[in-house]
Amino acid sequence: MSEGIGASVRRKEDKRFITGKGKYTDDIRQENQAYAAFVRSPHAHAVVKSIDASEAEAMEGVVAVLNGHQLTEDGIGNIIAGWAITSKDGSGMNMGAWSALCTEKVRYVGDTIAIVIADTQEIARNAADAVMVDFDILPAEVNPEATLADGAPQIHDNAPNNQIYDWELGDEAATDAGLASAAHVTEMEIINNRLSPNPMEPRAAIAIFDEAEDHYTLYTTSQNPHVARLLLSAFYQVAPEHKLRVVAPDVGGGFGSKIYVYPEEIACLWASMKTNRSVKWTSTRSEAFLTDAHGRDHVTRAKMGFDANGKIVGFKVDTIANIGAYMSLFSSVTPTYLYATLLSGQYDMPAIHGNVRAVYTNTAPVDAYRGAGRPEATYLVERMMDTAALEMGVDPAELRRKNFIQSFPYQTQVIMNYDSGDFPGCMDKAQAAADVAGFAARKAESASRGKLRGIGYSSFIEACGIAPSAAVGSLGCGVGLWESAEVRVNPVGTIEILTGSHSHGQSHETTFAQLVNDRFGIPIDNVQIVHGDTDKVQFGMGTYGSRSGPVGMNAIVKALDKVEAKVKKIAAHVLEASEDDIVIEAGEVKIAGTDKKMAWHEVGLAAYTAHNLPEGMEPGLKEGAFFDPINFSFPSATLICEVEVDPDTGVTDILQFTTADDFGVIINPMVVEGQVHGGIAQGIGQAMLENVVYDDSGQLLTGSYMDYAMPRADDLPSFTIEHNNVPSPSNPLGLKGCGEAGAIGAPPAVINAICNAIGNNNLSMPATPSKVWAALQEVSTQQAAE
Amino acid sequence: MTEISMVVNGKSVKADVADNTLLVDYIRESLRLTGTHVGCDTSQCGACVVHVDGKAVKSCTMLAASAQGSDVTTIEGLANGDLHPMQAAFKENHGLQCGFCTPGMIMSATDMVARYNASGKELTEEAIRDELEGNICRCTGYHNIVKAIADGASKMTNA
Repeated sequence: MSEGIGASVRRKEDKRFITGKGKYTDDIRQENQAYAAFVRSPHAHAVVKSIDASEAEAMEGVVAVLNGHQLTEDGIGNIIAGWAITSKDGSGMNMGAWSALCTEKVRYVGDTIAIVIADTQEIARNAADAVMVDFDILPAEVNPEATLADGAPQIHDNAPNNQIYDWELGDEAATDAGLASAAHVTEMEIINNRLSPNPMEPRAAIAIFDEAEDHYTLYTTSQNPHVARLLLSAFYQVAPEHKLRVVAPDVGGGFGSKIYVYPEEIACLWASMKTNRSVKWTSTRSEAFLTDAHGRDHVTRAKMGFDANGKIVGFKVDTIANIGAYMSLFSSVTPTYLYATLLSGQYDMPAIHGNVRAVYTNTAPVDAYRGAGRPEATYLVERMMDTAALEMGVDPAELRRKNFIQSFPYQTQVIMNYDSGDFPGCMDKAQAAADVAGFAARKAESASRGKLRGIGYSSFIEACGIAPSAAVGSLGCGVGLWESAEVRVNPVGTIEILTGSHSHGQSHETTFAQLVNDRFGIPIDNVQIVHGDTDKVQFGMGTYGSRSGPVGMNAIVKALDKVEAKVKKIAAHVLEASEDDIVIEAGEVKIAGTDKKMAWHEVGLAAYTAHNLPEGMEPGLKEGAFFDPINFSFPSATLICEVEVDPDTGVTDILQFTTADDFGVIINPMVVEGQVHGGIAQGIGQAMLENVVYDDSGQLLTGSYMDYAMPRADDLPSFTIEHNNVPSPSNPLGLKGCGEAGAIGAPPAVINAICNAIGNNNLSMPATPSKVWAALQEVSTQQAAE
Repeated sequence: MTEISMVVNGKSVKADVADNTLLVDYIRESLRLTGTHVGCDTSQCGACVVHVDGKAVKSCTMLAASAQGSDVTTIEGLANGDLHPMQAAFKENHGLQCGFCTPGMIMSATDMVARYNASGKELTEEAIRDELEGNICRCTGYHNIVKAIADGASKMTNA
């Protein structure tokens, strides 16, 4: 069976996971290990008047209680946002300071005040409870609109009206003119609900200080250990890079929430030096709900104008993005350049204007969560399309088709230059697979049982392969977003691939090895993927934004190109042939058209013995490469959801969920489909189940799996996945990225389907049975009145 | 402190543990069997499922002392040889991504199959989904877990 590109190879990494031998951070134990627990704010907004740790310090087994004043004295820096957004008046961001341990003020429930180090986890937690903090409680604000009002509590002194920036993209005058000319204008207020990412492995950290070497090691649950090291060194001043090793071993899911360096990791590293002990901290799920960066939380008012033929003539968007109490690493870019740049969706829009105000509230920081900005854009555009279709009395699929972009490259009005796609093709395949033609009969059958059946569409495009470094640099990004790879061919011919991408469920150990098999015909069992350790891999930007395929894999391909060139030179020399006549097939290096050949391992050995190399060639067979993409990649899809609602209870069953995706070239269909399944589940979760809720005083009401509804197996259907792939012309492999697709595309398909079923378009996420039932009562009340 | 003794994965073990030690902490911290995971603190996620006297138990919901005299099987002790048929089915059907919920899923799955086989009931897709109520996965959307359990069930039954 082939193990190359396009083969559904079973995963190399599975054996350790299915036998309980995975190595996650909390599974690691150090000699002389102590445990950390954090003193956290029970208030959403308060002045810290004093911290009394005397009782805690006196407890047996307590090593130290350390606070923010000591942290500041030791020169540990504040937590930064990595992307500078410029307001439309030219001003910079009103960014408030975020210290790993608060000194003056706390700004959300869970905010870190002190770190307790003790001999056992239990003692550490008990001692943290014994630290007495005297607070002056301040009024709190959790609502993103109310926080902008005069008289709202001032959360950071340097952010008047709690506004961080007021930013715009697109041409407002042209958009207003388009809307003024429209035959029909659809107007909506859309709320994108706040979510908790909830990777199943809670965050964890083990900080190890080696006093003799003045060296730190951090084992941590990170999607990008090199970026973590850069931040900890260059910005947080924990240690210079050559004195700090960051290891992200097996990581149990991330979904964005493990991109960032949080206060806890900084504090653990610093505390390991202060106490000269290895310090371990493992988040409880309760702490995770309080402090892991949340996702989404937008309030948007939008107008979309159509001409008499149903063609879009203008789209105007005004969004308030709730950033929470502090600016997390990607919090500034998620609701701007990852959001408003996708407002054109799959449609030819002549004029677009997006305005975004980012605001502070007394809630957990909000940052990138699976899809990051693109789900918010997609939900907005696709709810607008269905609503417009309803208002104009046209079929929602036909309205989409009428506006689909047909030729590429296509320059949108909001920066992005779409390189490829086949939007009508995805719609065709999705409609066929979902048997849209048979929907009317199925609806009638549901009606005969007293049930309401509905169908909903979502046609989305996203920008992945993040991202061309110069382009993002010009837009304010603090780093380049290339990826690195190194291919090491050993003297016996086996291969190690070192990559800056990080796998925390994405199957890199298998799919990256498939690239080698495809190129050289070497079994994937002879290929090892090395990642997640700054001592082993020189640098890398990590895994998020569906970038490991379109960026990370292409870096490997570039390094393979160099290895191939050297292999051919060596073989040509040994076999006394022209380099151009050498071919590599099935693990053999041959002179084309002859039976003269070397086995792959013979070339490896020749490179390292160096007894007979071409004149001037260095020994060895190891090549590195950095790949910086020339454009984003643009995966797209049409998703179709079919639901049945019980009008007596409002309970919604998803009967069918179909998607026809364009991911470009696919390396491993089994893995890609797995990514799509998981994304759709999270999208359905947002649409029907999940919601982070704070009360007015800033207390988190959804702080456990008892209150926050995670999708479970019996909430979901099986999914039907079709492919309609158009290779990306923007990278050598033609990849587009698949990690976020389902989470981006699914929510509007679900809500559009439920609205279609109940005959009421006034429905917000999550569409719980009580909300659906209430929406049904509105319909019957209206009908009674008529 | 309480002195406890039990059989874990076929081996007799004995220890003095604090009265409030949870079975999962005893398994992870004292026995260093780290395949049993902790994903929540409210007994909801199922990452910590083990078998106690042949029945699936959330080991975060049981005191180590309550398992006195019991026969405990963790994910590390499930296979009798290379891989248990359910483990093989999870691999074959891509029923895992990050792997964190997987040990609990597999332990719940084998228990589910044993119960359905014992009672002669059919383990349909709907039944598998209902039975997975106590196990949360954030990666797979359950699609391939359901397929894996159905496949593993037939492999176990025909084994």
